Order: sequence, then C-alpha cells, then structure tokens
Amino acid sequence: MPREMLLDIRNLHVSFTGYRGHSRVLNGVNLTVGRGEKVGLVGETGCGKSLTVRAVLGLLQPPRARIRGEIWFAGRNLLALPPGELQQIRGREIAMIFQDPMAALNPVFTVGDQLLDIIARRPGGRPSERAAWARAVDILKEVALPDPERIMRAYPVQLSGGMRQRVLIAMALVNEPALVIADEPGTALDVTIQEQILQVMRALVDAKRTSVLLITHNLGVVRQTTDRVYVMYAGSIAETAPTADLFSAPQHPYTQGLLASVPKLTGEGVPRGIDGMIPDYLNPPPGCRFAPRCQFAQPRCQQPPPWVRVGAEHDVACVLYDDGSRPSAERAAPSPIPLPTGEGTDEASGLPSNTAPAVTRP
Amino acid sequence: MLLGLSLLIFVIARVIPGDPARIALGPLASRAQIAALRAQMYLDEPLPVQYAHYVRGVVRGDFGESLYTHRPVTTDLHDLFPATLELVLYAGLLMVAVGVPLGILAASYRDTWVDTLVRLISLGGVVTPAFVWAIVLMLIFAYALGVLPVAGRLSAGAVPPPPVTGLVTIDALLDRNPATYLDFLRHLVLPAVSLALAGVAQAARLTRASMVDVAGRPFIEAARAFGISNARIALKYMLKPSLIPTVTILGLDFAALLGNAFLVEAVFNWPGIARYGVQVILRKDLNAIVAVVIIMGLFFVVINFLIDILVGYLDPRIRLRQADEAA
Repeated sequence: MPREMLLDIRNLHVSFTGYRGHSRVLNGVNLTVGRGEKVGLVGETGCGKSLTVRAVLGLLQPPRARIRGEIWFAGRNLLALPPGELQQIRGREIAMIFQDPMAALNPVFTVGDQLLDIIARRPGGRPSERAAWARAVDILKEVALPDPERIMRAYPVQLSGGMRQRVLIAMALVNEPALVIADEPGTALDVTIQEQILQVMRALVDAKRTSVLLITHNLGVVRQTTDRVYVMYAGSIAETAPTADLFSAPQHPYTQGLLASVPKLTGEGVPRGIDGMIPDYLNPPPGCRFAPRCQFAQPRCQQPPPWVRVGAEHDVACVLYDDGSRPSAERAAPSPIPLPTGEGTDEASGLPSNTAPAVTRP
Repeated sequence: MLLGLSLLIFVIARVIPGDPARIALGPLASRAQIAALRAQMYLDEPLPVQYAHYVRGVVRGDFGESLYTHRPVTTDLHDLFPATLELVLYAGLLMVAVGVPLGILAASYRDTWVDTLVRLISLGGVVTPAFVWAIVLMLIFAYALGVLPVAGRLSAGAVPPPPVTGLVTIDALLDRNPATYLDFLRHLVLPAVSLALAGVAQAARLTRASMVDVAGRPFIEAARAFGISNARIALKYMLKPSLIPTVTILGLDFAALLGNAFLVEAVFNWPGIARYGVQVILRKDLNAIVAVVIIMGLFFVVINFLIDILVGYLDPRIRLRQADEAA
C-alpha cells in the first residue's frame, strides 16, 4: 500500500470465558489505518466494533478477556507491550472520543480538573500550571465552546449534552494524538447537535492531519466523514472499500442488506431488513458467520470465507467472489435493492441501531 | 424531632412497671416517705401535667435530679458525656482511618488474595458484636499479655489535667502534659478498638463495594483511555464518587457507636454516659433516663447534619441543586 501505516490490526481474536461457556467474539479481525487517513468501522450493535478498539487501547483486562493476534501501532506491537508503556501511549498517541457524554465525564470533578489531568501528561514534560490552564482554554475554544473559563470551573451536570460531548472531544485531542478513535460520537444527542459535533471534530482532525478510526452504525456519518470503510459482522470484517465505492458498489451480501435497510428521505422504496439475528457467540456457525442469514448461502459457506480482492483497495470476505471474476449485478443482487445513492438521500437519516430492521439485539 | 423523642421516652419511662420512688428509697422506707417523694416528683399527677412540669424544667436547662446519684442530671451529664464522646470520636477515627483504606486496598486488588483476606476479616468484624471483642481483647492484652490496663480512663495515681473541654486528650495537650496523654491513650486503646472493629469492617466492606461499583462506570474507562495512571484513578477518580454512599452510611454507623458504647463502657468500666445510662435504667431513674436519651438523640441529629454537609461537599450535584433552589 502506498500509504504509511499507523495502525495495523492483524488477525485479532478476542474471547471471553463466562458462566455459560467460552464465547469467541472477535474472530480474526484485520484492519489498517494509514497516517492522516479517516477510516470508518460500521456494523450492527453487538458486532464487536467497540471491542476491537478497546483491544487497541488495552482496555480489555486479561484474564477475563483472552486476546490473540497483533496490533501494530507506529512500529510497536501493542499487545506485546508492558502495561506501563501502553499507558504512556494512551491519551498521548492514541486517544478515544467516547460515545455517551452523560456517562464518560466524572460527575464529581470540574471539567478543568479532569482536562488539566490529561494536559499534565503532555509529551515533553508536565507544563506549568499557567501554561496548562492556557492550553485547556485554547482547546475548549477550538471545539467551539463559549466562555471556556466558565466551563473549566463547571461540573459536568452544569453542561448540556452537546457541550459535554465537545469537552470529551477536547480531552481526546488536547495532547495532539496521532490517532483518534471516535466511538459513535454524538449518538446520544439529537441529530442537529450531532452534526455540529461531527463538524467540530472533522475540522480539528483535518487541521492536524490526525488519523481517525470512526466507529458507528450510522452510514450517513460514515459517508460524510471517512475515506475508507470496514464493514463488520459478528466479529470479523465482511468487506472493506474506499467509502465512495462501498456505497456505489457494495459486494458482500451483508453490506448490501445493511445499505438496503436505510430509510431514505425521498421516501421511495421501503427499507428492507435482513432476516434473522446476530449469531450466538457461544456457539457461532462454522465458516462464514453470516451464512445462516444469507440468501446466497451455499455449502462452501461452512468453510471460513476467502478474502477476495474485487477492486482498488476493495476486498470482500465471501465465497461468491472466489472464482476470480467479478460477478454480474444479477448474481450478486438478484433483486433490485434500493441503495442509498445520490446527495441528500441519506445524509441525515443514518441507521439508528434501534430502528434498523436488520438489527436484532442478541 | 427532639420534642417528639422526649415525649416518647418520657411516656415509656413511666409506663414500665415499678415505682421509682420505692426503688429509690429502698425496702425500709415508710409509706409517708414514699408519698412525699412521689409528690415532689409530681408522680401522682396525670401524665400530661408531669410532662408539662418536665418540659418547663428542661427549657431552663434543668433536667431534674437523679434518684441514683442525688445530683442534678445536668451535672452528671456534664461530667460523663465528654468521656463517652472521646471514646466514640477515637473509635470513629479508627473506623475511617483503617476501614476506608482497607476497602480501597481490597477494591484495587480485586479478586486476589488481598481482597479475599480483607473480605474475610471484615465479615468477621461485622458479625461479631462489640462487647465480644471487648472481652476477647481484654483477655488477650490486659490479662494474658498484661501490656495494657484493664479498665478505667486514667491510672489510679494519675492526676487528670485541668478540665477545659472535658476531653482528656485535648486537655492534656493544652496542659502540655505528654505523660497523662500517653497514659490516657493506653487506657483508650482497648475500648476504642473493640468499639470500632465492627465499624472498621463495615467501612471496609462499604468502601470496597462502592469502589467496585464505580470502577465499572464509563468515566473510569474514559480516564484509563486518557492514560491516567492506575493509582491516580483509584485514589482520585474512583475514591471521591464512591465515598458519597459510603459516607452516608458511615455517618449512621458513627452515631450507632454511641449505642454500642453501652456494653463496651460496662466491660471496661469506662466512666461515660453509656454506662451511666445502663445504671439509671436499671434503677428506673426517670429524669436521668430521659436526659440520656435526649442527649443521644441530639448526638444523632448533629452527626446527621455534619454528614449532610460532607456529602454536599463531595457531590456537586447535591450542592448545585440546593444553590438552584435557593436562587
């Protein structure tokens, strides 16, 4: 690949042992983020998106979580690092923007108290008190918060959801990390606020050429924000492609179903769901985990799916494409699936997890 | 609230069987003597009239005279309450200073042998009453090892410091008298420890449970993701939120120490209000019973008030809501 790799997740497996048995959630995830690249990771609730990024940050605790594979970041395998060194990377080189602004801020400390603790960890030594305060005020201005001095002295309960989400973005970006992991930012907020939040985030990461790994189930957000997309299903990557290609020519039956289930603002066509539900991780189907719900399933799907290149940077994990030729549209999608194409059709609609017909909570 | 409490205990003290005048004067007293005392105590009046007489006295700071010590109850309380207060304060201090760190330790090393040990010890502490500890500790340290005094507040020959506050520790320090201070501490250790053990165990369990609960909150994961060190997360980001429920319950436990002090003071012959309380109840000393109960009620009220202030300090949500309501 021409791009310089920043994050390279190779064959990541994560499993948990619980009372009911051994659940293998992540089943060989491969994912890369280049320097300065904005990558989306989409999938239904419960497919393992959040688990993947928590493994990157070292937030999964062995022995409860069993982790296998490699996570290379800027030349180091994070899974092989001692905990102390990983802690040095967190918040400095990799930072995370959390999903729920109501829950991710500590309610009993002021915003300033929490933000200054993070600034104290700036690479290159702890800044003076005055410099740290100035830096905090600056970053709050950068996320377009009015009256930063007042917000520094405020407790989280005194701020609105949108303001808290901005504070969380400020906390993630204040030490200028090389990679920002954004876990569904703004999902808990209403749509107009969410759009403002995403604009603020995009402006900041573009200005500093920060790499972004954006986790979401909102296809509209992915389309607006990212260069490349990974589609995840039940613990493994189903398809990856440049964002434009994925929306114009989805290949994996799951991707097609996901796109077809988005309601369109123009009102034409009825959104279609995908029958069935996410498999039980305690006892997943052998081979392709999507096969039980797939209308094209065949005996070969009992084997692990092949990883097939179907276009420039466009790969798909599906036997349908294994014969080397790119399949005809009829074969890949025998019925006309209304894909969300064209400007303004799905911009704001997204795919909220609780309304998408494809989503059935396990 | 205190008015209701005084009424309640006033009535209870009078409906329990036995004639206080007869108990006070002994079996050899004549009918006339008993009748005279009953009249003096208004015991032949109806209850509401008795209560009215009593309240009139209390408002003037007069709790009546004790039939047991034949002194004004106020004088008895003034002499005895500081000893109990001091015992309870030191036990409360132990409860917080030992229990809370143990809880933090157990939560930080959750599911390891450290955690298991702390939990086992605290379970033992919670299920064993204070007077059992009092007797066990007394047997070990005072009789078997002989390293600590058996009973009392000061050694026989010791001269108590000039009373300023009534608390010997503070008076001894004000008097610049380290010898008395140490002598007192040696007497204090066993009663305070046996009184505090259940509270220490309770504090450790509460702190641990609360810390474990807070550890699962998203803001703790967020703090870890921002690279805050584990020690700082435990001692700052987890401790303060988890202290909010802990402090509320510890406050009640602290007030309850006064109740547990009854038996501990009896075992160690500690000259405090709790031991006095036991004696006056046995003698049906009406005025003293009511006064002791009212003092203890007052103690509960003061402690609860202080706890509310402390929780308001710890939890900005409560503080800010009250500020909003005031505005």
